[in-house]
Amino acid sequence: MSRSREFAAALALLALAGIGVANAESAPKPGAKPAAVAAAAAPAKAAPVHYGVGREARPEEIAGWDIDIRPDGQGLPKGRGTARAGEEIFVAKCAACHGEFGESTGRWPVLAGGAGSLAGHDPVKTIGSYWPYASTVIDYIRRAMPFGDAQSLTNDELYAVTAYLLLLNDVITDQDFVLSEETFPKVRLPNEANFFDDDREVSEKAFWKRQPCMSACAPGEPKIIGRARAIDVTPEEGKGPRVE
Amino acid sequence: MSSEKNKSNQVSRRGLLGTALAAGGAITLPRAAAAGPGNPANQPPNVPEWSRMLGDGVAVRAYGKPSRYEAGVIRRDVEWLTASRESSVSFTPLHELDGIITPNGLCFERHHGGIAEVDPDDWRLILHGLVDKPLVFTLDDIKRLPRTNRVYFAECAANSGMEWRGAQLNGCQFTHGMIHNVMYTGVPLKILLEEAGLKPNAKWLLIEGGDAAVMTRSLPLAKALDDCLIAYRMNGEMLRPENGYPVRIVVPGWEANMWVKWLRRIEVGDQPWHHREETSKYTDLLENGRARRFTYVMDAKSVITSPSPQAPLKQGKGFTVLSGIAWSGRGKIARVDVSLDGGRNWRTARLDGPVFDKSMARFYAEFDWDGREMFVQSRAMDETGYVQPTKDELRKVRGLNSIYHNNGIQTWRVLPSGEVENVEVA
Repeated sequence: MSRSREFAAALALLALAGIGVANAESAPKPGAKPAAVAAAAAPAKAAPVHYGVGREARPEEIAGWDIDIRPDGQGLPKGRGTARAGEEIFVAKCAACHGEFGESTGRWPVLAGGAGSLAGHDPVKTIGSYWPYASTVIDYIRRAMPFGDAQSLTNDELYAVTAYLLLLNDVITDQDFVLSEETFPKVRLPNEANFFDDDREVSEKAFWKRQPCMSACAPGEPKIIGRARAIDVTPEEGKGPRVE
Repeated sequence: MSSEKNKSNQVSRRGLLGTALAAGGAITLPRAAAAGPGNPANQPPNVPEWSRMLGDGVAVRAYGKPSRYEAGVIRRDVEWLTASRESSVSFTPLHELDGIITPNGLCFERHHGGIAEVDPDDWRLILHGLVDKPLVFTLDDIKRLPRTNRVYFAECAANSGMEWRGAQLNGCQFTHGMIHNVMYTGVPLKILLEEAGLKPNAKWLLIEGGDAAVMTRSLPLAKALDDCLIAYRMNGEMLRPENGYPVRIVVPGWEANMWVKWLRRIEVGDQPWHHREETSKYTDLLENGRARRFTYVMDAKSVITSPSPQAPLKQGKGFTVLSGIAWSGRGKIARVDVSLDGGRNWRTARLDGPVFDKSMARFYAEFDWDGREMFVQSRAMDETGYVQPTKDELRKVRGLNSIYHNNGIQTWRVLPSGEVENVEVA
């Protein structure tokens, strides 16, 4: 029995004993069963205690913060946009970091390309090559982009920029295709089927071995096959951030 | 001692203080260099200056800081790792710490939109979705609910991620420092959920932060009802801004990306949201091009913190203490073995101090060093029977590109000079 359950049970007993409890919901109701019967029944399944802490959230409060979007389209805002309109917005607000075609500048994230690279030596993980759901694109832009000016795009701008990114990734081919809350859930990204839930307990079950080797576990002397010093990319001691 | 002499001491002390203040922030050398040969005037048989004059009075250091001789014990970053400082990481100086509790000011940072400076009077947590009654909580509300104290590690899923292709960074601060271990005080998430009342089809929670990244992760309901905390204190005091002030979620044993900081909203739903941090990021690409998702648990892992590249064996041959940390997201650490010969032979180390569930444990292995080259390794086991694998064992299953969840055994090469380097051995 968890602590909260114990506390809940204690509160219930206090209430039955007629001792005042601030929370009306845990107090006995008029005409309730005799105390002995209720107490005997209580341990079977204690009802969750209510502390009466917090207040009901108003719909407009929730609406102001509830911006998440799911793959099935739940949460999509009302709006519409085309890749043609999105290109202009992208060039103005996104291309400085991500490049005009999503190829990125400097070390900022690459947003397009990389098809067929995932099983290679240097996978390029982009919206088109890697991401499973288009909803993630519009959700993430809505909550966090542009970097440093988050939550500044209108709903129509969101759809337009997303449409442009889908066009750059060959997910849609018509730059006048209208992306909206109606058409969005039909969009599918190519890599969706290549994700699977954590399977370590099966695929790595060999790591559960209660008697690991303790002596003469490998032949010969250890041979060095890699050295961090040879790469030499570690920050120097004393070069850390200034501490005031 | 005459009162006159006392007075002169105070005067000279004031002069010394001025010097110390001027030198203030300039002392950033690591301890080894700062200690140097020391000042013979302060060593026996001489009476050192701090034995002769008064020091600072109370409350001069109203919020205390470490000795200025420890000024090298700081979080450090690796500038080339990320494109911006606001979406980046700094590392805990594990090589300078002992025991299991990480001091708050040294806990590694990982932000995606910089540090949100949240006014606690304006902080709100909204809980809605598949609940009987959507609720909004203030910080005072959260503090009025029954609370609990637990010590847990928070490890970034990318800890040791730069080491997948080989030895790259020279120091356990950089190879293993995306972890901290503190005592959290908070309200079990279960209490908040019961307060709102869950609908029968409730299966998943969306956990959302209030920073400029508005970080989100989907959390299975079973975990939320099990041991997650809505935490507002770490090591007794309120959370630091860089750790989510005033409130974060604690998800014991699971990758720290899920420990959403500056928590603002929890939505209850019937399926996961597949947001950016659980699709594009925090999914683990395997060699065949397919990727694991929802790899929540951090497996058993350990590292020797001393000797290590930033903590060389300075005293030469003789008796010394090998020290390290071990942890597992699957439960308690049951045992740690250490090897001095690159994994040929192992001995069981001594766990010392409390060993908590899903927390760091401290281990020691005292030994007499004969001055010869060593290849030191540690191997953690947890109470489920999981044994920390070698990096090669991991690579055989996963390839080189999974970025996250590298819990492979670390090798430090100790040279006859006492210097230490990060290597891989076969």
